Amino acid sequence: MIDSGAVDLSADLGFLKLKNPVLAASGTFGYGLEFEPFLDPGRLGGFVVKGLYFDPRPGNPPPRLAETPSGLINAVGLQGVGVAAFCEKTLPRLRGFKTAVIVNVCGADTEEYVRVVEYLDEHEGIAAYELNVSCPNVKTGGGCPALSPGATREVVSAVKRRSRRPIITKLSPNVTDVAAIAAAAEEAGTDAISLVNTFLAMAVDVETRRPKVANVYGGLSGPAIRPIALRMVHQAVSRVKVPVIGLGGIQTASDALEFLIAGARAVEVGTAGLVDPRAASDIIDGLEAYCRRHGLRRLGDICGTLKT
Amino acid sequence: MYSGGTGHQMRLDPGAKITNKERWGDYYLLTLESTDIAREAAPGQFLMVKVASGSRPLLRRPFSIHNRCNGRLDIFFKVAGEGTALLAERKAGEALDILGPLGKGFDLELGGKGRKRTEAPALAVGGGRGVAPLLFLAAEARKAGRPFKILYGGRTAADLPLKDKLEAGGFQTACSTDDGSLGFKGMVTDLLRKEIHDAPASAVYACGPEPMLEAVDRIASESGLPAELSLEARMGCGFGACWGCVHRIRQGGVAGWVKICAEGPVFSGGEVVWEEEK
Repeated sequence: MIDSGAVDLSADLGFLKLKNPVLAASGTFGYGLEFEPFLDPGRLGGFVVKGLYFDPRPGNPPPRLAETPSGLINAVGLQGVGVAAFCEKTLPRLRGFKTAVIVNVCGADTEEYVRVVEYLDEHEGIAAYELNVSCPNVKTGGGCPALSPGATREVVSAVKRRSRRPIITKLSPNVTDVAAIAAAAEEAGTDAISLVNTFLAMAVDVETRRPKVANVYGGLSGPAIRPIALRMVHQAVSRVKVPVIGLGGIQTASDALEFLIAGARAVEVGTAGLVDPRAASDIIDGLEAYCRRHGLRRLGDICGTLKT
Repeated sequence: MYSGGTGHQMRLDPGAKITNKERWGDYYLLTLESTDIAREAAPGQFLMVKVASGSRPLLRRPFSIHNRCNGRLDIFFKVAGEGTALLAERKAGEALDILGPLGKGFDLELGGKGRKRTEAPALAVGGGRGVAPLLFLAAEARKAGRPFKILYGGRTAADLPLKDKLEAGGFQTACSTDDGSLGFKGMVTDLLRKEIHDAPASAVYACGPEPMLEAVDRIASESGLPAELSLEARMGCGFGACWGCVHRIRQGGVAGWVKICAEGPVFSGGEVVWEEEK
């Protein structure tokens, strides 16, 4: 069925209404300005800027990247400029974009997450915070809060108490029961959940017998992880009531639709944008074409309609 | 406009047609028709090329711009892995999906400001496939009336496939091979020392393997010549978004991990921190 009428692509997260459900994922979209030559950021439902610690962070030595079949291992080590430089130099330029700017928040301990959020709270032009609970924690020997319901609950509730803005908690897939972590974040008051972050991975150069990334382990992203990410998103959606944002290897509108049908209210596009900087924009076009093909007036109506 | 580049506008061209393909053993030259990218390109900048459709390989591959002529761009490469092997299979008439021009290129005026046009030449050192960006640089230097000489080095004569092309183009070229099968016998850095010793030079440009770049940096510094070095790296995006390609760079007295794609690939001599200094 062909329909030439207007299609409503908007995505309602409750605390935030997006013009469409496609966000650019943190860590693959720089601080929001790097894609400008190729893509109008205002086209997107929103974008999540690269994770920010309070202070500048040097990151890991190279090599930081290794390519695997349909995948990319990265061990960038959350190199970043810190909150002061971001708020002074970058944020004023992001305010001009007619889209939701979400800031990914990092911390080496609970206090740092809170300090980052309190600093950012003093500045305008941010729609929400995405809490990166996959940061290595200095007090637990490098384990990250995302690995246990208790630690996730602690960070989320501490940040939620202090933040004047909505919180999206971004979960790690490197756990036994992701739904239990999602439930802990919900109990602690998170406004939404996004998943998945990258899968802990490794690759070896057999000629030199060295790991392909200097950090030995890195995070796997790209289409290789998509079916596992989709399964975990479905598990989280089945457990919590807060909105879920799905991500992991999405390259096309069809990929995005899998996550929406499985119950995600919005999606994030990451690695695909590094290869094709217009990927997110093409996905938005593809979602609209799908709605027309299926006679859907509102894309949002498709969320969670998986027939099982 | 993106602030990390040179001010040149980078673009996506999903249909850059391959208009010519040449091969010398493992070395290939592809000519791509891409008018808008060609117009904006400067020597030392690079392209990110999708070598095959689909997800294997997933990432684009970076290639220096070897030459520019009438809306066309050349890339010159050696088959060294999965990506370059796939690119070598592409045929004339096919289209490539490319991003460019990317990064910050060479300063054409390096060591040449205020000098007379007849003065000492700039020397450009290319090791193996590292010669790739130097033809474009030499051509632009010639347009600017600047004396210029390419020092082209490789293991054997078979590693210097562009020698005839450079000479036919009227570019002053000196060759070196490790085995003496062509030109000066020894490393191209030894040839650089000899050239600087024999006649005055005004600047040194270089592209090639990292140990070569380190030696060039040292030689230029000892000779009091300004140098610019083009670094190579495995890249994620090529336009500064992923922080995947970094090198230790000293800027304003502080050393840190700096993105090669956006702040390079060309860096000034003395700026680059080499392995043993870390």
